[in-house]
Amino acid sequence: MAAQTSSSHSYLYYRHALPVRVMHWINVVALTILMMSGLQIFNAHPALYWGKSSYTGRPPLLQIGTRDDERSGRIGVTRVLGFEFNTTGVLGLTEHDGNPQEVAFPRWATIPGWYSLAMARQWHFFFAWVFVLNGIAYVVYSITSRHLGRDLVPTSRELKGIGGSIKDHLLFRHPTGEAGKRYNVLQKLAYVAVIFVLLPLVILMGWAMSPWLDTVIPGWVDIFGGRQSARTLHFSAAWLLVVFVLIHVFEVVVSGFWNHLRSMITGNFRVRERAS
Amino acid sequence: MKLYPIGSRRRALLRALGGTGALLLAGCDRLSSTDWFPKALEAGERISKSVHHFITPRRAMAQEFSEADLSPQFRSNGTALPDNPEYQALARGGFADWRLIVDGLVEKPQQFTLAQLKAMKSRTQITRHDCVEGWSAIGKWTGVPLSEVLALVHPKQQVRYAVFHCADPMAEGGEDFYYESIDMEDAYHPQTILAYQLNGKALPIPNGAPLRLRVERQLGYKMAKFLMRIELVDSFARIAGGRGGYWEDNGYQWYAGI
Repeated sequence: MAAQTSSSHSYLYYRHALPVRVMHWINVVALTILMMSGLQIFNAHPALYWGKSSYTGRPPLLQIGTRDDERSGRIGVTRVLGFEFNTTGVLGLTEHDGNPQEVAFPRWATIPGWYSLAMARQWHFFFAWVFVLNGIAYVVYSITSRHLGRDLVPTSRELKGIGGSIKDHLLFRHPTGEAGKRYNVLQKLAYVAVIFVLLPLVILMGWAMSPWLDTVIPGWVDIFGGRQSARTLHFSAAWLLVVFVLIHVFEVVVSGFWNHLRSMITGNFRVRERAS
Repeated sequence: MKLYPIGSRRRALLRALGGTGALLLAGCDRLSSTDWFPKALEAGERISKSVHHFITPRRAMAQEFSEADLSPQFRSNGTALPDNPEYQALARGGFADWRLIVDGLVEKPQQFTLAQLKAMKSRTQITRHDCVEGWSAIGKWTGVPLSEVLALVHPKQQVRYAVFHCADPMAEGGEDFYYESIDMEDAYHPQTILAYQLNGKALPIPNGAPLRLRVERQLGYKMAKFLMRIELVDSFARIAGGRGGYWEDNGYQWYAGI
């Protein structure tokens, strides 16, 4: 918003190139659908394990379900590493149009919004291709256009100033003027970690769950602890992406929501220069 | 420094986000209910199948495990006991009167007793069974390679699929028998066996006695249990729902390598 004062002037700066903007929004759509259809797929067997198989004699790491409680009747429960939590209303047992639903993740969080593993798989595997092809296009573009080297990889000087950047973030202090044109060092590190660690991990662990792709080099899945470990890592990485998105959207909101939103749609970012 | 008055704006934003989410969900559900959209999504299955076949060698082998990896108990899924009087009579007789019919587009249609199949060349493999639901179990399977059986019936040139007909009815009233199909690449794969043993013992009824299919590069629903007949065809379009399997007729992918 044009919060102009007499001591500052502002101008529009072309911050995000068209390919980056297009690929960003394709990613928003694809990842949202992947997450929600993924939760529906998880609902078909709401438990996570570590190892090559689910039935090893060890209990699951995580399990979502229902049970009858002496005092409260039917309750939704989530068991994590042997600890049980009553998660009625959120996980295991929720309400939909006044009817109790015994599903792990509630209907509002899944695609489709009713129990259908078959349909969820169709959504998931279609948008997995959208996501992978978009990701490949992004990496190729970022390297060839030097977006990666210029905008994303932090310089050693920036890395040395990381303490100051952490402090700025904690105090919600946002760069203005020239500094506002660039990503700050924490932002760069977060983007690089998501683009080159978390997203490839989630893709690789998806492949690891495919019995056919497991045959490319028999046994490669064991590097990650086996197929069920890969499933657990896939699930965990997906939730780390949700955490990233929450922080990302939070930062966008507190550092000028409309300005950032516009810059990711039209490319133009308003830079404010301050006299002080 | 100056902070924006974000209180009211935050509420508006949350409302907008919630609205967008609800709209997205309603939109996705509406699309799921159409005829055309799920068909369009099937493009994903076609791309996956082509890419998977392109990047893996024809005879790529599924991982085999050691005795130490065996699941303490091999989970039974789907039908545990076929609701079929004929099958139950065969089971009471120890499957002595059971026959595997192999016919369709073959030069020499044949029937095999369990003893005949057990007398043929066998293969034992410890493999991981991946269910479409997400769980895995590891078991040791012994059976006759499907290629050995096919060699005896001489499939005709135009054969493209092997269709497996099972003894378990999937609907009330003994109708809608389970069936599955695989292509000839999988049919001739060395790990594709007709298993009559699980973990060194006769295949239990809940796991598909007397004979079940193992197709180790695909998901569990492909591995038909309670086998009665193998039919070789050039197309499965005229069988049951026409999509090549019981679960395929119910919306699941024919290519179950993912």
